[in-house]
Amino acid sequence: MKFKVMICIKQVPSSTEIKIDPATNTLIREGAENIINPFDVYAIEEGVRIKERLAGTTDIEIETVVVTMGPPQSEKILREAISLGADKAVLLSDRAFAGSDTLATSRVLSAAAKKLGDVKIILCGKQTMDGDTGQVGPEIGQLLNMPFVGYISEIQLIALDRILLKQLKEKKYDIIETELPAVLSVLKEINSPRIPGLKNMMKAKAAPIEKWGINDLQINPAQAGLDGSATRVIKIFKHEIKNDTKVIENNLKAQVDEICKELFSYGKT
Amino acid sequence: MSYFYTEEQEMIIEICNRIVQEKIKPVRAQLDEEEMFPREILSEIGRSDLFRLFIPEQWGGMGTGIFEVCIATEILSKGCLGVATSYAASGLGFLPILISGNDEQKNRYLPSLASGEKIAAFGLTEAEAGSDAGSIKTRAELDGNNYILNGTKQWITNGGEADIYSIFAITDESKGIRGASAFIVEKGFKGFSFGKKEKKLGIRASATRELVFENCIVPKENLIGKEGMGFIIAMKTLDKSRPAVGAQAVGVAQAAIEEALIYSKIRKQFGQSISSFQAVQHMLADMATNIEAARQLVYHAAKVVDSGLKESSRLSAMAKLFASDVAMKVTTDAVQILGGYGYMRDYPVEKMMRDAKITQIYEGTNQIQRNVIALDLIKNGF
Repeated sequence: MKFKVMICIKQVPSSTEIKIDPATNTLIREGAENIINPFDVYAIEEGVRIKERLAGTTDIEIETVVVTMGPPQSEKILREAISLGADKAVLLSDRAFAGSDTLATSRVLSAAAKKLGDVKIILCGKQTMDGDTGQVGPEIGQLLNMPFVGYISEIQLIALDRILLKQLKEKKYDIIETELPAVLSVLKEINSPRIPGLKNMMKAKAAPIEKWGINDLQINPAQAGLDGSATRVIKIFKHEIKNDTKVIENNLKAQVDEICKELFSYGKT
Repeated sequence: MSYFYTEEQEMIIEICNRIVQEKIKPVRAQLDEEEMFPREILSEIGRSDLFRLFIPEQWGGMGTGIFEVCIATEILSKGCLGVATSYAASGLGFLPILISGNDEQKNRYLPSLASGEKIAAFGLTEAEAGSDAGSIKTRAELDGNNYILNGTKQWITNGGEADIYSIFAITDESKGIRGASAFIVEKGFKGFSFGKKEKKLGIRASATRELVFENCIVPKENLIGKEGMGFIIAMKTLDKSRPAVGAQAVGVAQAAIEEALIYSKIRKQFGQSISSFQAVQHMLADMATNIEAARQLVYHAAKVVDSGLKESSRLSAMAKLFASDVAMKVTTDAVQILGGYGYMRDYPVEKMMRDAKITQIYEGTNQIQRNVIALDLIKNGF
């Protein structure tokens, strides 16, 4: 038996000037310079730290496995993840996965977790930089029937069967204890990712990358890719946020009254 | 500019550049201002395996050459010479163990130095024994299974911060310079303490301190090599480490010209960028040419040291001498190009100029380097 920490990462275009395929309304990823989704780098670091924290406390082998679903060139970010300290990498790549929305993606990642076996923690970044939905983590939790805790800023305590987490809320923190296995999504506050070491960089260059397709994962094709997606992207457009500026002049009390009146008129208190 | 680096060397450069950008540059002004030892950055350097470079694989190292150490040192020096000095000084501290230590000493000390968990320092200089290293007064007397050390070392880089010290002391006064021996002294050995921390012109992130030995008890097995080999071990160590001082100089000079170049394009006087003036252009051209020449000399010296050829002593002295003189000139000219702004602490070039000066002084003053070169010429011809 092993204690596996599965880290879900995604390749995203490094540039903000991304192109959209007008036919499918999805991102054109080919040709763009791709990087690890910045939030996922914190998930990788936290995974490596979990291994380091648990290493001295148990005889059970702790293994960090980084997993991504994407086109073949996603291998690059998996190698980068190994240079950052991950033990193993799996690429989930198949034509049948193309066009997946978050639900279809979560099905593929959940199937990968089942195939890996012994997965005790699944780590995700808070959200991706391209899609920005933050849905995949909770969906994996739902599909695998594992507790999901998001917006984690600190792992306060960890044992082989449970974990104590600090979760960021709007203006406060909650301390949450949960059993393992669990799915966790992490914030940037959780750590400061290390710079890759020379040994790991050299290891990453030659490391074998496992590749699993739809048959390896035993997913019904109707549940994956564009066909298996519950949502369709109809249109992508830039949302204009209108900023109004209004200068209120008068004595202080009158200014306060005026501002209150203004705010109430928006339905805010 | 291509230097035909290997893939491994490119990786070292990439790692060092990231350390410079993400870890050093944001804090270097503060480290300088507050004379703060860069403990966290050294841990990061350790995690990145950079202390492993020159140490053979059997002791947890990566078994590279001095050339790779020079590349790493050069890039780190672009970020901050104080940080780079602390890094390089640990290498200088463990070189005597690596060059002349026995397997037991290597097994005991090298793995934790390779990982960066511990750092080392080199203790040769004394108040009255600088360039004249043969005049050291620290004594080591054999007493049963221990040597008893008495004396004070001065201006020791990483002093107080390092865990492992290579210390040179006289075991036989009658033999003069041939009566010196080298010892491994651990922080915490009875009778070993630290004197005042020096306040310096530059490289202020690095720690420079006195080492005080008062009946300090050093186990007999911590003698490196044999009694009387101390001076030879010191010279062999310095021959290997000198190219890295040249690399420090190249790094700080490179950082200075990069700042000067950016500034000269932005700064407008008389309605145009100052980079359009020939007076500035010629300064930049001379700076770049000198840096390039210094880098080639350092790289070549490092390769010759790695090849084990005999002429390495002369070449590494030339590399250290030339590159450090270039660094002083280039950093001074960079301040000149930035003018009044260059003299202010808001810009990084005044620090580079203050930092560069030490490369002409430490690990053998440039006057001593000229002695080494001249004596070698006279003895062996060109």
